[in-house]
Amino acid sequence: MNFNNLNQLYRSVIMDHYKNPRNKGVIEDGTLTVDMNNPTCGDRIRLTLNVVDEIVEDVKFDGEGCSISMASASMMTESITGKNINEALSMGDEFSKMMLGEDYDISEEMGDIEALSGVSQFPARIKCATLSWKALEKGVKADSK
Amino acid sequence: MNAKDIRKDFPILDQQVNGNDLIYFDTSATSQTPSPVIDAMTAYYEAYNSNVHRGVHTLGTKATDGYEQARMKVRSFINAKRFEEVIFTRGTTAAINLVARSFGDMVIEPGDEIVVTEMEHHANIVPWQELAKRKQAELKFIPMEADGTLTMENVEATIGENTKIVAITHVSNVLGTINDIRAIAEVAHRNDAYIAVDGAQAVPHMSVDVQDLDVDFYAFSGHKMLGPTGIGVLYGRSELLDDMEPIEYGGDMIDFVDLRTSTWTDLPVKFEAGTPMIAEAIGLAAAIDYIEDIGPEAILEYEQELVNYALERMRSVEGIEIYGPESRAGLITFNLSDVHPHDLATALDSEGVAVRAGHHCAQPLMKWLGVSSTARASFYIYNTTEEIDSFIESLKRTKEFFSYEF
Repeated sequence: MNFNNLNQLYRSVIMDHYKNPRNKGVIEDGTLTVDMNNPTCGDRIRLTLNVVDEIVEDVKFDGEGCSISMASASMMTESITGKNINEALSMGDEFSKMMLGEDYDISEEMGDIEALSGVSQFPARIKCATLSWKALEKGVKADSK
Repeated sequence: MNAKDIRKDFPILDQQVNGNDLIYFDTSATSQTPSPVIDAMTAYYEAYNSNVHRGVHTLGTKATDGYEQARMKVRSFINAKRFEEVIFTRGTTAAINLVARSFGDMVIEPGDEIVVTEMEHHANIVPWQELAKRKQAELKFIPMEADGTLTMENVEATIGENTKIVAITHVSNVLGTINDIRAIAEVAHRNDAYIAVDGAQAVPHMSVDVQDLDVDFYAFSGHKMLGPTGIGVLYGRSELLDDMEPIEYGGDMIDFVDLRTSTWTDLPVKFEAGTPMIAEAIGLAAAIDYIEDIGPEAILEYEQELVNYALERMRSVEGIEIYGPESRAGLITFNLSDVHPHDLATALDSEGVAVRAGHHCAQPLMKWLGVSSTARASFYIYNTTEEIDSFIESLKRTKEFFSYEF
């Protein structure tokens, strides 16, 4: 039995976000909607945001996927609410660094997302954790075109 | 057949993964490679690596002999009438694409029907979708029963006088369904249609005789039958292949080349432009030897023992859902209560058990099953009932782990 390292991956805070997702749903009149899937595994996510004067006033996610992808999305919505959209994108960059095992800068006010640092030890699962952040990036870039 | 002896030929199986003995249950994705296959390819690179069909020097002749003997080996293995009917390709996907592009473009007219099923791998759906779009043809699906099988009534009802091509898998990579290809070929031919079969999950596990099945095209891959990646086979009736245009042009496949026009050489090389997969063909021939030494019938029988044992044991795990028919090839696709298949696969991997998780390149089938993804355990000659027992214990621990209130 070798579930010790599993405990590093499936921290209780992650499973809490998975089982009790925050900001789950769709904003009907949002300013930004983005769909993204992970074609290799079938996970899919829809992000809807309400961005006013570059500030993320509200954000919700919907979709289906594994505990890591759904928990990560839930955590992301918490950490970017109320933030400037560019700041939110920078947080995504820091999150990617954390996934790659590089030095990163994630402050406490960003909420629970540092709990996902264990994912970097499971290379096959990094894409699960980054799905929602990639969706955010894709949506903002498409919107600014 | 003795799996414990067979395992000695597979050096990769003798290792620990995450501190546990590796249990490899992912043969349907790719099989492991026995030493005789590795040795055959090493011998080629160490002793006679050279290009084929070109030079007159000794090594070139040996390489050409090795490559062409591999073709003869494949011919007799699937009982093709002639060696010209065996085309080496990159794999099953490339073989199906060759048929859809070359044969499909030749015979399909606007309004014709191409018949497939919902259990197909993406490799046997997307090329036909694209062909249908190019030619304004219609794609039709033979409906499946609730257990993921086809009935001959539905086969008869779907294939009609407008059907030009029936493209179907021999064995489903998700459900394990074994389709009655001979009977379906009879219906296709009675309607003046052609039949192309995806045999990737069949050839490694059972005896396949293309003349007995009476199919027009049959495709399979080396890496799922103990051979290397990067090689597969397209079998086609020579009278059809003769009429087909190549889809790749270049060295080896030409007859005469002028500044503005060229002519093609004869089968099978007409469809093998460029330097082919020489070491891989030689490896595939060694894999066929290995399979024939054990015997396709003995392999099928042993896999049936394993899969029936696994089905029975897995059903004892609370909360498990198993997809596919009772009578099946050596694979089991399943879900475990509300544990997502990725989480399940990660947990099993932490105990050294390799299973596949995801949509298995069969998104339409996942939709049909009403799930976004599943886990799959698949078995081969080197697996044992002891491994299945360990796997069951891992499944139970995984379920316990994820049902814990975090």
